[in-house]
Amino acid sequence: MEMEPGSSSGSSGGSQPHSVPSRRSRAFYRFTQQNLPACKPALTPGLVIITFLLLGIICVPVGLVCLHASRSVVEIVDRYDIECIPEQYQSNKVSYIKDSMISKDCKRDLKVQSHMKAPIYIYYELENYYQNHRRYVKSRSDKQLLHGLKYRDTSLCKPQETSNGLPIVPCGLIAWSLFNDTYSFVRGTTAMNISRKNIAWKSDQDHKYGKHVYPFNSQNGSFIGGGKLDPNTPLSDQEDLIVWMRTAALPKFRKLYGRIKEDLNAGEVITVHLVNNYNTYSFGGKKKLVFTTSSWLGGKNDFLGLAYAATGFSFILVAILFALIHVKNPRPHGDAILSSWNRKTSAR
Amino acid sequence: MAGGRRKKNFLRKLYSFSCGKASLDEDHSQIGGPGFSRIAFANDPDCFEATNLGYPANYVSTTKYSLATFFPKALFEQFRRVANIYFLVTGCLSFTPLAPYSAVSAILPLIIVIGVTMAKEAVEDWRRYQQDNEMNNRKVKVHRGNATFDNTEWKNLRVGDIVKVEKDNFFPADLLLLSSSYEDAICYVETMNLDGETNLKLKQSLEVTSNLQDDSSFRHFKAVVRCEDPNANLYTFVGSLEYQDQQYPLSPQQLLLRDSKLRNTDYVYGVVIFTGHDTKVMQNATNPPSKRSKIERKMDKIIYFLLFSLVLISTVGSIFFGIATDDDIENHRMKRWYLRPDDTTIFYKPSEAVVAALLHFLTAMMLYGYFIPISLYVSIEIVKVLQTIFINNDHEMYHEESDKPAHARTSNLNEELGQVDTILSDKTGTLTCNSMEFIKCSIAGTAYGRGVTEVEKAMARRKGSPLLYEPDVEEEGHRDNNKPAVKGFNFTDNRVMNGNWVNEPHADIIQKFFRLLAICHTAIPETDDESGKISYEAESPDEAAFVIAASELGFQFYQRTQTNISIQELDPLSGKTVERSYRLLNILEFNSTRKRMSVIVRDEEGKLLLLSKGADNVMFERLAKDGRKFEDKTKEHMHNYADAGLRTLVLAYRELDEDEYAVFNEKFTEAKNSVSADRDEKVEEAADSIERDLILLGATAVEDKLQNGVPECIDKLAQAGIKIWVLTGDKMETAINIGFACSLLRQGMKQIIITLESPEIKLLEKDGNKDAIFKASKESVIHQITEGRKMTSSSDTQSFALIIDGKSLAYALEDNVKNLFLQLAVTCASVICCRSSPKQKALVTRLVKEGTGKVTLGIGDGANDVGMLQEADIGIGISGVEGMQAVMSSDVAIAQFRFLERLLLVHGHWCYRRIASMICYFFYKNIVFGVTLFIYEAYTSFSGTPLYNDWFLSVYNVFFTSLPAIALGVFDQDVSARLCRKFPLLYQEGVQNMLFSWTRIIGWMFNGVCNAVTIFFFCAAALQHQAFRKGGEVVSRDILAGTVYTCVVWVVNCQMALSVSYFTLIQHIFIWGSIALWYLFLVIYGAITPSFSTDAYMLFVEALAPAASYWIVTLFVVLATLIPYFSYAAIQMRFFPMYHNMIQWIRFEGKADDPEYCQVVRQRSVRPTTVGVSARIDARVSQINSRVHHAVQT
Repeated sequence: MEMEPGSSSGSSGGSQPHSVPSRRSRAFYRFTQQNLPACKPALTPGLVIITFLLLGIICVPVGLVCLHASRSVVEIVDRYDIECIPEQYQSNKVSYIKDSMISKDCKRDLKVQSHMKAPIYIYYELENYYQNHRRYVKSRSDKQLLHGLKYRDTSLCKPQETSNGLPIVPCGLIAWSLFNDTYSFVRGTTAMNISRKNIAWKSDQDHKYGKHVYPFNSQNGSFIGGGKLDPNTPLSDQEDLIVWMRTAALPKFRKLYGRIKEDLNAGEVITVHLVNNYNTYSFGGKKKLVFTTSSWLGGKNDFLGLAYAATGFSFILVAILFALIHVKNPRPHGDAILSSWNRKTSAR
Repeated sequence: MAGGRRKKNFLRKLYSFSCGKASLDEDHSQIGGPGFSRIAFANDPDCFEATNLGYPANYVSTTKYSLATFFPKALFEQFRRVANIYFLVTGCLSFTPLAPYSAVSAILPLIIVIGVTMAKEAVEDWRRYQQDNEMNNRKVKVHRGNATFDNTEWKNLRVGDIVKVEKDNFFPADLLLLSSSYEDAICYVETMNLDGETNLKLKQSLEVTSNLQDDSSFRHFKAVVRCEDPNANLYTFVGSLEYQDQQYPLSPQQLLLRDSKLRNTDYVYGVVIFTGHDTKVMQNATNPPSKRSKIERKMDKIIYFLLFSLVLISTVGSIFFGIATDDDIENHRMKRWYLRPDDTTIFYKPSEAVVAALLHFLTAMMLYGYFIPISLYVSIEIVKVLQTIFINNDHEMYHEESDKPAHARTSNLNEELGQVDTILSDKTGTLTCNSMEFIKCSIAGTAYGRGVTEVEKAMARRKGSPLLYEPDVEEEGHRDNNKPAVKGFNFTDNRVMNGNWVNEPHADIIQKFFRLLAICHTAIPETDDESGKISYEAESPDEAAFVIAASELGFQFYQRTQTNISIQELDPLSGKTVERSYRLLNILEFNSTRKRMSVIVRDEEGKLLLLSKGADNVMFERLAKDGRKFEDKTKEHMHNYADAGLRTLVLAYRELDEDEYAVFNEKFTEAKNSVSADRDEKVEEAADSIERDLILLGATAVEDKLQNGVPECIDKLAQAGIKIWVLTGDKMETAINIGFACSLLRQGMKQIIITLESPEIKLLEKDGNKDAIFKASKESVIHQITEGRKMTSSSDTQSFALIIDGKSLAYALEDNVKNLFLQLAVTCASVICCRSSPKQKALVTRLVKEGTGKVTLGIGDGANDVGMLQEADIGIGISGVEGMQAVMSSDVAIAQFRFLERLLLVHGHWCYRRIASMICYFFYKNIVFGVTLFIYEAYTSFSGTPLYNDWFLSVYNVFFTSLPAIALGVFDQDVSARLCRKFPLLYQEGVQNMLFSWTRIIGWMFNGVCNAVTIFFFCAAALQHQAFRKGGEVVSRDILAGTVYTCVVWVVNCQMALSVSYFTLIQHIFIWGSIALWYLFLVIYGAITPSFSTDAYMLFVEALAPAASYWIVTLFVVLATLIPYFSYAAIQMRFFPMYHNMIQWIRFEGKADDPEYCQVVRQRSVRPTTVGVSARIDARVSQINSRVHHAVQT
């Protein structure tokens, strides 16, 4: 880049003496003459090489740091939706999950591969679940969540608006299809204490869900969707619901279930007692249980680190390539005119 | 249709101003019949009959809208655009459940955009209203009864009012002249506002009313005027005056038109006949044909293309949506039970998936509507208005002497200025100053005058050095010092000046010569009261030059009355200045068929003299046998003068004897007073009979001076690859000489001359067989054109110039010949059409415009250029001496021809580049945005969920991306003004349309798609399903949206920063400000109660900002998205630079100030303007295009 403070007409003005009206300030005059001081960047090889090199030098370390952060995260993922179905129902999973008479209890053992430092986050992960479907996303009433029964216009919530002639709180498909698998964890022989509080966004809890709004008439219809809500807990304290209601962006997503506030050691086995209530079988979804620690960057995801490092290296490579070409085939002063169309016209 | 009709009227107006007098009786019989029903009760506008007629008041309104009609009319204008209709339809649909977003957020941007455009309309109309107001409130004296005249506003005038107009005032309405301060009730009128002619026209009232010379005579005046209905014809008027129970026929001679000015007459009285919009000038007012630039027309095509792709991807989305919906229930069992497909509306009903898909198509059309930049039109309009302001304010296009800046009258052609392929130029007043200077004369076979003409200088230069002519500063200065003290006179010769002529051999002839100059004219002297200096009002600048020359040489014309001409002249015997008065008997006027004018005077001794001046061909054949003494010498001199680019006239005289004069006078008076159709012929015949047997005195030579800097300007334009055609009314020799003078013709150019001055044709003309002449002429023209074609095609190194005269042009423009002619003309480097009429000028322009499909620019200054200016893609008016007509019908007005260089090479190039880049950028940024929306759809089974919050969607175009684009459109400069002019070839980028070619547009769109894909997938991959921050929170829809949106805003603005080549503070503020505004918006919008901000509530403060990954992802995505373009640009700059890149190189290497180096570069970049250039350029362009195409694809 090069600063050329308004040189553009400095010398051309010689032939036409223009008197600058004194009342106009110099700056305004230069503005109207389109002659403001300006920086005119030109993509010279030097600049290009330096830019690439600089970007490479920035990107590679950032990438390595990110990669390190991601690698430091320990993650245990357990898909249980298939294994938790008894042998005889394997061929007809849907009827199994729909039959409320059959016990849905299931036991899974999770082996801790390496030491996990508290806090350890527990997620359930759903796949092929379109929480972002337009019909689904819109099927809620934010005003009702905040004001409860006082707010009557819940037409958005159809078809989960009323049941047996009475309004439903919270209404809508999202609340109706609340995830309702439950987990309890046993470490060795003792039940583990998991914290289910503070899993939702604070602003949601405080400003989007009423403190005096209690669930009403929910899951009373002929067709039960997902989890039932405790009618005695105000919505603002129903954190599972709040987490669920913040819809996921993509069809594969995790939702926070709780936190473990104690370290887990490598080689330990955690026994999970879960109740496999939620129907993902009819649409071929997957259910997983995830144990993970977190780093400053969040969970385990190598993408960012790898991407940074890779592009960083390629920047440096490009810079070197460019430099090589430039050195091997320098562009001597004045050679500009020999390129492109002048070459053709002069060679005529 | 209406436009076509009006234009016809207009052209008619240009030709017909001398044919108004004919056939009076025929028309007069029609009075009272249809079309001739108007009645005006003079001095009695209040009488019952008059008020019953209901003629409009004199209030004139030129506004487009009134208060009541503004909204419906302006809205209608707005919704004539396809894009706006589309947005209106989606806006209406957004109130249905189909809408993917809330209705308000969809409608608001449209309202803003339409609102801004309408506000602009309103402001423009308000200005017009104020102008009208000023006009309507001008004061005029009107008769109030009892012989009192009171001031009143123009708007209050009614038909029948008697008004008194004083010197130098405009006429408030169309008036019937009753009387004036002169005894014979004549007055002088300047009609500059009507036809652009600066000369004064003489009007005379009927004799019966000429005695009403003071206010009191109107006490009991009563008359009735019956005349034609309002019409647009300026030069006809049919009516009758009923006065004292007598009928008197009226002619245009008595009509004073609104907007013309009273001159040299103290006052006149008149009756108002036509008021307000009935006046001829208002009937004539036509809006200039609205022109649209090529870029804008192409832009419409792009919008159609985008609409098509919109439909395409909507269809794709709908098909997938239909399949997914259909799949939701299988064998009566719900699959995605959480969507309740069993209990749903039609929009999601699996059993009617086809209908659902069709309805979804509408939703998708709304959602992907962001492909179409809603704010594009309004942004372009804003940008163009600002560009116009820059053009108007350019100091280097400001002409100090006339105090005239450049004035872009329409803003929608700015970028077209950067694409001009052919310039069609007028000569007189455009290339030349239209100020004539008396420079040489030949008297009695002796040539006088030592002045050197511009042409002679140019010829000397041409012979002296083959190199390009460089303006010599010293010479300029020298010339300035030597500027003649008197305008119009540049004659130096001691033999005749300061009274020395008395000692010359033919002193008596010299005396007669100068006396003729002083007497034989129609000029009017005006004495300045303070200084006593005399200035002249003349019909043409030539004539003024003669009178001035006579006065400078000692024969000062100082007074003219109706019957007398008084001059002060040197008496050779006494050596003293004496005053002589000549009794003016007849004026035999000049017209283009006679090509001469004469006066008949009686001098103080009682001798009758006929003094005559005229063109050489008509004058020489009228000489007496004994009057040809100096013929050969004079002819030789005149030939030299024509060679030097001078206009020549022959002067001759004759003494008449009384009998002869008496016979003539009777015949002439009778002819003049006749009212039959052949009146003009009779007058001409009478004049012809007396203008014979003349005695040659000599010849004059007047220089039509080239304007400052014209040759240099033309040279630059030619270097820029612009073809220049000169269309002039002048003689071929003069035209060729001027062509050399202004470097249109160079030595070494092969001249192809097409003319009908061949002996065979002349022979036929003598026979007078019209058919034979026609046939032979046409054949001859075709033959000459084909010969020319052969010549040009046989050689591709030689450069050619085509010169064609008006007569041949008439044949060459015929339907079956014109393409042949055009083919020849485009292969020639320069084309000169001489002796061409205004209509031919317009036809040639149309031929070039339609034949080549390239942008044509017409430039001219006179009323005779109007057709050409309106026909050309861009009309440039020279706001010079010849009045306003050309300026009023032009698109841009400049004061001097030389400003054209800056206007085209600098402003044109910039505007073209700016608009082209801006439009590309607009499409790019909307595609980036739209494609991210589309990709996200794939993850929602195409259900139509918008990725972004409603308000994020709607403010994208208005807040975060428009301002930098507007700044680009207004301020960007690829190359500074100085370098633009130094390397004129840069201009070819516009002519070849390299910056707005389809490959480039598609390239930008492709870049947009790539960027969107990168942004979306990188964000999605980086954020995915795992926790995105320390607290273990996962990414919900709003967070992904926030991140992607942030990246889009960053990428789009940084892309702008990459493509801007001129970074002023303003650009910095707009670009970085837009990004900052986004964060600000996030914070503010997120702080509003969640019932409004919905899922964006506290988004930034709580979720995004504290997450490290949000920032790191943003940085990475921005880098990764922009690097491909950056590399492409770097490679292009290094290995395949475009011309502006090369100039940037030169500037960057600091060589721009090294004169020697630049000379080398420039000379290499100067292409000889030869035949075959266009073919070579085409080849090169396609090569470059394929390279760009290739680079974009890989």
